[in-house]
Amino acid sequence: MLDVSEIVVRLGERAVLDGVSLHVDDGEIVAVLGPSGAGKSTLLRVIAGLIRPDSGVVALEGIEITGRPAHVRNIGMMFQDEQLFPHLDVAANIAFGPRMHRWSASSTRERVDELLGVVGLAGFAERRVDRLSGGEKKRVALARSLAPRPAVLLLDEPLTGLDRDLHDRLITELGDVLRATATTAVLVTHDRDEAAALAGRVVHWSELQRGDS
Amino acid sequence: MDDHRAALNPPPRWFVVTLAAAPALFIAGFYAWPVTNLLWTTVRRADESGSPFGHVGPIIWFTTWQAVVSTVLTLLVGLLPAYVLARYSFRGRRALVAVTTVPFVLPTVVVGAAFLALLPQSWHGSAQAMIVAHVFFNIAVVVRLVGSMITVIPHDLVGAARTLGASPIQAARLVMIPLLAPALWSAAAVIFLFSFTSFGVATLLGGPTNPTLEVEIARRATQLGDVGGAATLSALQLGLLAVMVVWATRGQNRSALELKGAAGPRPPRTRGERVMVAGVSAAVVLAVGAPIVALVSRSFDVGNGWSISAWSKLGSAQIRPGVGLGVDPLASIGASLRFAVVAAAIATVMGFLAATAINTSPRLGKLLDAGLMLPLGTSAVTIGLGMLITFDAAPVDWRARWWLIPLGHALVAVPFVVRALLSVLRSIPGDLRAAAATLGATPIRTWWHVDAASLRAPLLAGAGFSAAISLGEFGATTILTRSGRETLPIAIGRLLGRAGALPRAQAFAMATILLALSTVVVMASGIHERLGPDDA
Repeated sequence: MLDVSEIVVRLGERAVLDGVSLHVDDGEIVAVLGPSGAGKSTLLRVIAGLIRPDSGVVALEGIEITGRPAHVRNIGMMFQDEQLFPHLDVAANIAFGPRMHRWSASSTRERVDELLGVVGLAGFAERRVDRLSGGEKKRVALARSLAPRPAVLLLDEPLTGLDRDLHDRLITELGDVLRATATTAVLVTHDRDEAAALAGRVVHWSELQRGDS
Repeated sequence: MDDHRAALNPPPRWFVVTLAAAPALFIAGFYAWPVTNLLWTTVRRADESGSPFGHVGPIIWFTTWQAVVSTVLTLLVGLLPAYVLARYSFRGRRALVAVTTVPFVLPTVVVGAAFLALLPQSWHGSAQAMIVAHVFFNIAVVVRLVGSMITVIPHDLVGAARTLGASPIQAARLVMIPLLAPALWSAAAVIFLFSFTSFGVATLLGGPTNPTLEVEIARRATQLGDVGGAATLSALQLGLLAVMVVWATRGQNRSALELKGAAGPRPPRTRGERVMVAGVSAAVVLAVGAPIVALVSRSFDVGNGWSISAWSKLGSAQIRPGVGLGVDPLASIGASLRFAVVAAAIATVMGFLAATAINTSPRLGKLLDAGLMLPLGTSAVTIGLGMLITFDAAPVDWRARWWLIPLGHALVAVPFVVRALLSVLRSIPGDLRAAAATLGATPIRTWWHVDAASLRAPLLAGAGFSAAISLGEFGATTILTRSGRETLPIAIGRLLGRAGALPRAQAFAMATILLALSTVVVMASGIHERLGPDDA
């Protein structure tokens, strides 16, 4: 259960987020639909702990985590540009989270193999990430963010930048993976179809603003 | 793109060859021949004298370890300012970038003098004084080379590591540092090379008891009159440097990494970040400012309170009537300025011809480009020594000719001029040339109107940098200098070697003048703006 309330983030004079609130139940997949540049990515970064809000509260399972550093939040994130580690191969990218959480070598390896299977990339373990196609990169990014079993997964425009065919195919796959792993997820997107296809609940960005909800 | 451009209406071959002829002859006659001659002299001598390397072992050992320590310390000290300047935007950031590059464009003699002025007497003539000055001098290399890599690492890449459970330190160790490794490696190679061949700083701060190889070569050539022995050591140093350069370039496998997403400086958000930015800024300003302030203020200190006598007596070559100073301070300023103008003129003309030839003919150009870079990998003292032993007999008995010195300076400056010009030439869109051609311009007129016209700014920058190099050049000049024609750095070096408070204060006064001259030249040419980390 994720509770975000009255988040304010200012950059200089401008308020990028001005009192944004959002509630997500366990196992729920919520899509936040809104135009580009509205501040959706900033909201995800606040939830992940990558940006400290000027005011407002982030709580996970009823415990406030607003001031908690990103690496001890157990909130995963899939980035729009994938942000795969270019100096590591596919397996090492996926293993990064489990390693940080001090999993044993054998359970890390099992987890990597399992996720490679889940995202349909069995046999790709030793590939260099810069040799992957756009769709393959998205799959590795998804596997990597799921690997340490985050309590909540944040997805920032996860399928933007793919051609139409691949985009439609990956929507189905991504939805299947999220539901199969029973992941609590917040997805932000500007694509209405994507939101509808993936999420159990779609909220509009304007509904999250102060006073509107 | 090169092929595409070459196919389109290329200038005739004779034109390219004519352009390339002068710089090719320049490099062959004044670099390749003297250095070859120096090596050959060494080979010939090898069977005459028994062991030419008498007690050189300790010198090589000292030169190496001080260079290693200087390199490691510079990387450690420079990493945080490089990170802060590349990662955070804040008021005064550009000014701070300029401040970090100040030490790098200062003449080595000025750096040496400034640290003599700053450090306590007990540190003078010590390895640690030398190392501190090397760190000061080379911070700009880290800020530039490592900083420009940090600016392209996306914030979200580090963010990805954080959301996967990496602490800030783990994210730095497992993501930042591996991505920075090639840049760290090149910075280390450059700093090591500078520290290994250190001459100005080593002469003034290391003192006679801590000679680097470069200092020992100059000592043998100028003080002991052992030119042959100096040549042997030069050859040895050349060999060592060649091995190091080959080894350093082998370690660099530069596969361009694919990095996407927002990067570059952004405002600090948390209190911790703001404290770090403020602290690093203050430390940088203090570290760069302290030696310079010490230098200027000590020029007013002749042993009994504040006094301008060091400055007012600069016009005289005597300390007291009848007691000579050994150098004429004001005349040395004149000599330096004249050499700087001549060196800048030679370097700019040669660099212009070379850059144009390299840009119009990629294949022929590559060879010329590589040739022109060679003097950069050769120590200044070696270049001077090669000229000294080569131009000593008719018909090339030019040892006493004044122009040999600015020529040596130009040799070191040409590669910088070429780089400045090439970066502009290569950024001219091919379509612009095509447009000129379709409007009826011949290839040569196209070149004149399109290429030559856009080169004014980089030519100015190149000329300025050449003048700055010439003003501060110490190694080659030490070997080639003739009495009565001392440059500012030589005069400063002489004065610092003399006992007494007045000559010392006068040396500091002249170092202040050299500092001011170099700063004016660098500012006027605008090259300091090219030295900071690239802005995203």
